[in-house]
Amino acid sequence: MKNFQYVRPTQQQAALETLAQDDKAMFIAGGTNLIDLMKRNVVLPEKLVDINRLPLRKIEPTSKGVRIGALASNSEVAEHPLIREKFPLLSQALISGASAQLRNMATVGGNMMQRTRCYYFYDAALPCNKRQPGSGCGALQGINSKHAIFGFSDKCIAVHPSDMCVALVALEATVLVTGPKGERQVPFKDFHRLPGEHPERDTNLEKNELILAVDIPASSFTQNVHYLKVRERASYAFALVSVAAALDLDKGTIRNARLAMGGVAHKPWRLMEAEKALVGKPVSEETFQQTAALAMQGAKAFEHNAYKLKLAPNAITQALKTAAGLS
Amino acid sequence: MEKASLQQIQIGDPLNRVEGQLKVTGKAKYAAEYNLSGVTFGVMVTSTIAKGRIKSMDTKLAKKAPGVLAVITHKNAPEVPGYKAAVNNEGARVYGQEFRLFYDDQIHHNYQPIALVVADTLARANEAASMVKVQYEQETHHTDISRNLDQAIQPARPEDYSRGEEDAYLTAPVKVVHEYHTPIQVHNPMETHATTAVWEADNKITVYNKTQATKISQQEIMKAFDLKEENVQAHSPFVGGAFGSSSRLWPQEMAAILGAKVVGRPVQVVLKRDQVFNMVGYRPPSRQKVGIGASAEGKLIGITHEGYGITSRYEQFTERMMDPTKSMYHCPNLNAKYRLVPLDMSTPCWTRGPGETSGSFALESAMDELAYALNMDPLSLRMKNYADKDPENELPWSSNYLKECYKQGAERFGWQKRNPTPRSMRSGEWQVGMGMASGIYKAVRDRAVARAKLLSDGSVLVQSAVADVGPGSATIFTQIAADVMGTSIEKTRFEWGDSSLPHAPGQFGSHTTASVGSAVYDVCTALKQKIQELAVNQKGSSLQGAQATNVVFENASIRLKNGTTSLTYSDFLQQQQLPSLEVIKESDGGPLLEKYSGKSFCANFVEVRVHSVTGEVRVQRVVSAVDAGKIMNHKTAQSQVYGAVVWGIGIALMEEGLIDHRYGRHVNNDLAEYHVPVHADVPDIEVILIDKEDPVIDPMGAKGIGEIPLVGFTAAIANAVYHATGQRIRNLPITPAKLIS
Ligand SMILES: Cc1cc2nc3c(=O)[nH]c(=O)nc-3n(C[C@H](O)[C@H](O)[C@H](O)COP(=O)(O)OP(=O)(O)OC[C@H]3O[C@@H](n4cnc5c(N)ncnc54)[C@H](O)[C@@H]3O)c2cc1C
Repeated sequence: MKNFQYVRPTQQQAALETLAQDDKAMFIAGGTNLIDLMKRNVVLPEKLVDINRLPLRKIEPTSKGVRIGALASNSEVAEHPLIREKFPLLSQALISGASAQLRNMATVGGNMMQRTRCYYFYDAALPCNKRQPGSGCGALQGINSKHAIFGFSDKCIAVHPSDMCVALVALEATVLVTGPKGERQVPFKDFHRLPGEHPERDTNLEKNELILAVDIPASSFTQNVHYLKVRERASYAFALVSVAAALDLDKGTIRNARLAMGGVAHKPWRLMEAEKALVGKPVSEETFQQTAALAMQGAKAFEHNAYKLKLAPNAITQALKTAAGLS
Repeated sequence: MEKASLQQIQIGDPLNRVEGQLKVTGKAKYAAEYNLSGVTFGVMVTSTIAKGRIKSMDTKLAKKAPGVLAVITHKNAPEVPGYKAAVNNEGARVYGQEFRLFYDDQIHHNYQPIALVVADTLARANEAASMVKVQYEQETHHTDISRNLDQAIQPARPEDYSRGEEDAYLTAPVKVVHEYHTPIQVHNPMETHATTAVWEADNKITVYNKTQATKISQQEIMKAFDLKEENVQAHSPFVGGAFGSSSRLWPQEMAAILGAKVVGRPVQVVLKRDQVFNMVGYRPPSRQKVGIGASAEGKLIGITHEGYGITSRYEQFTERMMDPTKSMYHCPNLNAKYRLVPLDMSTPCWTRGPGETSGSFALESAMDELAYALNMDPLSLRMKNYADKDPENELPWSSNYLKECYKQGAERFGWQKRNPTPRSMRSGEWQVGMGMASGIYKAVRDRAVARAKLLSDGSVLVQSAVADVGPGSATIFTQIAADVMGTSIEKTRFEWGDSSLPHAPGQFGSHTTASVGSAVYDVCTALKQKIQELAVNQKGSSLQGAQATNVVFENASIRLKNGTTSLTYSDFLQQQQLPSLEVIKESDGGPLLEKYSGKSFCANFVEVRVHSVTGEVRVQRVVSAVDAGKIMNHKTAQSQVYGAVVWGIGIALMEEGLIDHRYGRHVNNDLAEYHVPVHADVPDIEVILIDKEDPVIDPMGAKGIGEIPLVGFTAAIANAVYHATGQRIRNLPITPAKLIS
């Protein structure tokens, strides 16, 4: 670990300016990801701008839905009555993540910005284009059992580890950010990036920008939802594959649907084609299996993650069944 | 006095841990918590290649960094006389040349410590450590057991064994033969390895370390630095888990000592989690093949067991992979072969149930496979082949209640209700399966010494160098002493965890209770005898002339059996005009032990659920029936079984140290990615302790309990998974990925 300066501004403007002044400065929120990365010499900030004193912790209803401050903790969001009632999918996703202690510290902004858990990213002695552009992708020919089956490039096959973000992309959230050029809104599906030629960039957040809040529009996905997370132990493990499924049902027919996957790509993986195909279909195991098959089109496995080609469609079917009350 | 009588503690009572309060209030001090005056902090720089040599090391930046007191490498490390001495394999616990810290430019394994940076704060030492730049001359390394089986050697201390005809299973009417694989597993105690070392001017070394054996630490430091016993002290009363990983001297101890010598101040070295994976031991992976043949009625005819483990290139670490096979069942023909594959890795180290755990996974899985081949109940098959003496050497068992384990375990579990057909039981989307396995583990005893002192207030102090790394040893030794002396727990004190106390063997191999417990028992018995002798010879004493058979010791006093006369211990000392009375006693098992085979036994019954869609496995309930002799403390004994079961769940379902063999480097070396069970993975565990005395091993009737419940346990889970799904997983861990493919 490298020693660093530490500042704790109380004003948003001051936080942004402090960050902009110093090329090696970084924001810190809950610290649950950043500190680990610093300890392993994966990121080496020279200054930490602690944003915990900024007033970004609120969870409030808006005319269109809900606004969640970037500093609201993962537990606060998961347990908030409004979220539990109107956005249960988000609540479920959050609760499936990490451990109670971590969720108490972890923030919404930090969760979105958390880095991949790819082994090669975490070990400064091994090649990783995300950590050190041009050094190669260790996972491509290495141990890639947890890696992507969609949207990867030959530069990077890592996956985004967040559960929360899978629910947020399914719920069509918008991210409110601010920076040197002022405030802007980013649709959630465009917030994270695919690796392409630049795996070092996880998101489209610009340099020196700060996440202020996440807006989720009210929707009819309040009842028939399910977040399914498949993992190697009962709790406190990242997803092998996860599925956020939300259905709007009219008796036995699907009026509208949302579907996204985690653990399969460099970003939370929204399945819009599959969603469209569900509309108007009857609720049945068959419908869901067809959807799963459609969702898997274009998937490709590496040496150790071929199981995902089977697990992912199974999980989609299972999540949809549970959401529909078939299981 | 009345109070004392109310609180008379006996062997077996479920007494709370004597150090429990210290631990839960944070007052128990661990190795890295000795904030000695002037303490400094050492951080290890470790190699990033698995084999080769250090071409150059640039330490200039690090040396100039703020707060840095020293950067120690092979170029400037103080000489360690023991490193130059010829290898003596006679008494060495591991055969070969021990790893020599900062000795030369050779790299033997990845994560090898190559420098120690000492600074005035931990943060500064950490930063400076990251500034050391190393250039290597790399050589081709090999770290994969599977690809190097052809390089296997017969270890210098062979484990091979045979009786009867070789490979007799081949011609048996019913036979199974399969290969079983287990991966690297890492002890991963919560407390990473740590040492605070002090080197005083007159060559006196004190280490506050994390060890299972203060005497071994002391002796190994004496050997390394060519010092006398009185010059070396190891102090380690509290250990945050070890499981075998602290049973020898490791680089963090040597580094802290060398650092302390160089900077002339105490140095504290704490390993980082990733460093623990390939520096301070691990359970070696195994590749095994088991063939079993039986008659159509299920009588075993022959077993052939071949096993491969790994070791480093500098030492031969052997483990008892073949032991369960040799002794578990009555089987006239048996041959066992054990080989080592030397690799460019650090030396493995004993890991809870070392060898037996991996070996029994293969044996007990194969027994289950045989049961299906015979169309026979797996429990009946085992009962049918019960061995009424140890088939390895024809010796009678010192005691054996395995049949009781089978019987009581099966009853409690409801084994009869099991539908024998695989895939026959379901609960919604979950496939339900039940499996069982037996276990066997050596129950032995080693030489130990204890000191007992009767103090002027009538209390008893007992001392031994033994460690208590968590099982509750200090508690049961207090209990044994109180029981023998007739004193209350408040008036009985046990001191442990320091090499300056009387000799004790290391706390490993499940032999602490039998060894040190006996010494405590014997020394207290000797102290009583001395009290009695003095009391009956005292003129004017109410006990004058009494026969030994006629006196009892209770309520911290001595009295005549039929009389009411009693003399408290403190009055006794006063009468004798003694400030205190002390006895030291050495105990060992004596020749009787050699006429018997001492083993602990267990039978584990497990119910699992496997999700038919996701392949997730959940252990639903466990019944573990254990014959560990007489139970010294039902609470701590039960906790040992809980711990073993949790370990077993981890080994069966999740633990796996992954190495990218291109780099010879562990990749999942943190606790986020190296999985051990969390609470949600641990079901109801029912423990049955048979609690019958072993008449041979020690005077208390105890055998060992720390490891036995783990032996066979992983197979019980694999067998249950097979019963649930019809899928036989012979390659641990049993993950969703394997079940779904
Ligand atoms: C052992 C372990 C298990 C875990 N398991 C899971 C799991 O199962 N599922 C899951 O989803 N997650 C899991 N996590 C990850 C956890 O969710 C993240 O660590 C956490 O959400 C990060 O939030 P934080 O506030 O602590 O971020 P920090 O560590 O403080 O910051 C992370 C990054 O975000 C940036 N940042 C923070 N806030 C802002 C902001 N407002 N604007 C711009 N940038 C910002 C920081 O600069 C930093 O780069 C696990 C973590 C651990 C350690």
